[in-house]
Amino acid sequence: MRPSGMRPSDDEPSGESTDQSARRRVRIQTSTPDHRPASPATNGIQPTSGREAVFDITDMSVSYGEKPALAWTTLKIDRNLATAVIGPSGCGKSTFIRSLNRMNDSIPGFKLGGKILYHGQDLYGSAVNRVEVRRRIGMVFQKPNPFPKSIFDNVAWAPRNLGLKADLDARVERALRDAALWDEVKDRLRESALGLSGGQQQRLCIARAIAIEPDVVLLDEPASALDPIATASIEDLISTLKSRYTIVIVTHNMQQAARVADRTAFFSLDSTSSARVGTLIEYGDTDAIFRHPSDPRTRDYVTGRFG
Amino acid sequence: MSPLPDGTDPVDSAPAESAMESAPADSTAPADLTASGNLRRRAAISRVVDASATASALLAVAVLGVLVFGVVKQGASSLSFDFLTENPPQFGGPGGGIASAIVGTVLIVTLAAMMAVPIGVLAALYLTEFAGRRSGFARVLKMALDLMQGLPTVVVGLFVFGLLVAGHGNSGFAGSVALAIVMLPLIARSSQEVLLLVPHSLREAAEALGVSRWRTVVGVILPAALSGIVTGSILAIARAAGETAPLLFVDSLYTPGVQLNLFGHAVPNIPVMIFTLSEGADPSGVARAWGAALVLLAVILAANIGARVLLARSRRRTMG
Repeated sequence: MRPSGMRPSDDEPSGESTDQSARRRVRIQTSTPDHRPASPATNGIQPTSGREAVFDITDMSVSYGEKPALAWTTLKIDRNLATAVIGPSGCGKSTFIRSLNRMNDSIPGFKLGGKILYHGQDLYGSAVNRVEVRRRIGMVFQKPNPFPKSIFDNVAWAPRNLGLKADLDARVERALRDAALWDEVKDRLRESALGLSGGQQQRLCIARAIAIEPDVVLLDEPASALDPIATASIEDLISTLKSRYTIVIVTHNMQQAARVADRTAFFSLDSTSSARVGTLIEYGDTDAIFRHPSDPRTRDYVTGRFG
Repeated sequence: MSPLPDGTDPVDSAPAESAMESAPADSTAPADLTASGNLRRRAAISRVVDASATASALLAVAVLGVLVFGVVKQGASSLSFDFLTENPPQFGGPGGGIASAIVGTVLIVTLAAMMAVPIGVLAALYLTEFAGRRSGFARVLKMALDLMQGLPTVVVGLFVFGLLVAGHGNSGFAGSVALAIVMLPLIARSSQEVLLLVPHSLREAAEALGVSRWRTVVGVILPAALSGIVTGSILAIARAAGETAPLLFVDSLYTPGVQLNLFGHAVPNIPVMIFTLSEGADPSGVARAWGAALVLLAVILAANIGARVLLARSRRRTMG
């Protein structure tokens, strides 16, 4: 049994009620938490809890043509938690997060090894439709990229195209409120989104992503192009959003990871291999990663000795 | 304020004194900021290049200016209300206007644009949005468009003549097909250039929302490129509107009256009328040819400005 909506043949717009029940069904199926003790040999600590895993990733590797980018990555990402992905440049963080909603598919030469299960089903299975994947797993990018449309149309565009036309005004207002942008833009909804400041644009992009009520929101360094005040508002937003969405956030900024994330995954270049390939070094509760890292490479990174 | 005894400002006097101390003999001292040697030569070359580029730009504008001035000067005298509203005389000779030709050109060019713009824009979309990176067909298409762009219009005329006119007779429709063939590569190539300028981040943003490809193209990519596509299309339409050679083959044997139906018979049009009037023995015909040329210029200019105004207005709405 799989969630019905993931099949390409399924007509999505029919509504959220079936979607919800499908999700519930999956939860019952997959809530068999893995209580094996974590072994440091395989990617450090794997947090174990009774939570439902949204992503269950086993031995994932990615290469672009001949060039490997990521290898030997095994972790579970749990529901309604904010999971941060940190690490130095070029260690495969973005590759990792973009593989979670198949944004890498269009890159020539992209190859994925291992398995990524999303609510128990293979994300890269042959029957899975990419468009449907992204409908459930939204993404916010590093640089704010609003459409050259009005503020309202930016948020309303995707719901309109996905058949979620009922009560569109209310949906847009809800998304903008959730993104903490409503009060700033409610009187200028018909004006161009390109007239907003960078921080407002990024919150608009978040509103746009959550307007279609995805299951997961992936954020790829969402605050790296913003000033500290805008960054703080984005971080506040992430903390409130995780009650309803599963959040995965890539960040260069360790304080940011410490502030917003429940779990943190540290990626780095693998030193044992001759090829420069990124890999997961350590994964665990954010507190543990920052206070008592078990891997010396993690300790060096979080204490600023390496980066 | 207490000026120094010698009257100079205190701020200025200090460097002046030190320069006096270190200045003697050595002309390469850091204080010397005037051009010398090699730099002088480079500056001269720069001035020459600058001047010739400016001169060429002025020449281009001058050619246009002289041309427009000439057409206005020669054509203004024959321009009148009757000239614009009356048809040419039934059996040739002096008098009459070009009303039927104005109507005919507008109809032929409109039909041609209705054929060429959708095909051209879709071909450009295929090249930028749908063809794979290493698609062999895309390469062939690109080359075909380039070849078409270089195709002499007289060849286009001959081709359409063989295809639609030989055995059937002249028709406005054949003229539209010929003009569409002239427009198509211009529209496709200019649209492609503009579509390539749409930031990749917009495509990613739309993709990440789980919206299907063609909806992304219609809802995000086309609107973002619209201004450029419209501008390129107008230029192509303007270019085709004055195209004479193909129309001489396929749409020149017309009766002088207004023809609203483009099918089955030739339709009067301005370029061919300019040609036949100027070829005629009647000197008043030449004057009317100039008048028709002026009208053609004005129609193209009006279409151009009108589209740009519309565009600026829609842009203000969406781009802020």
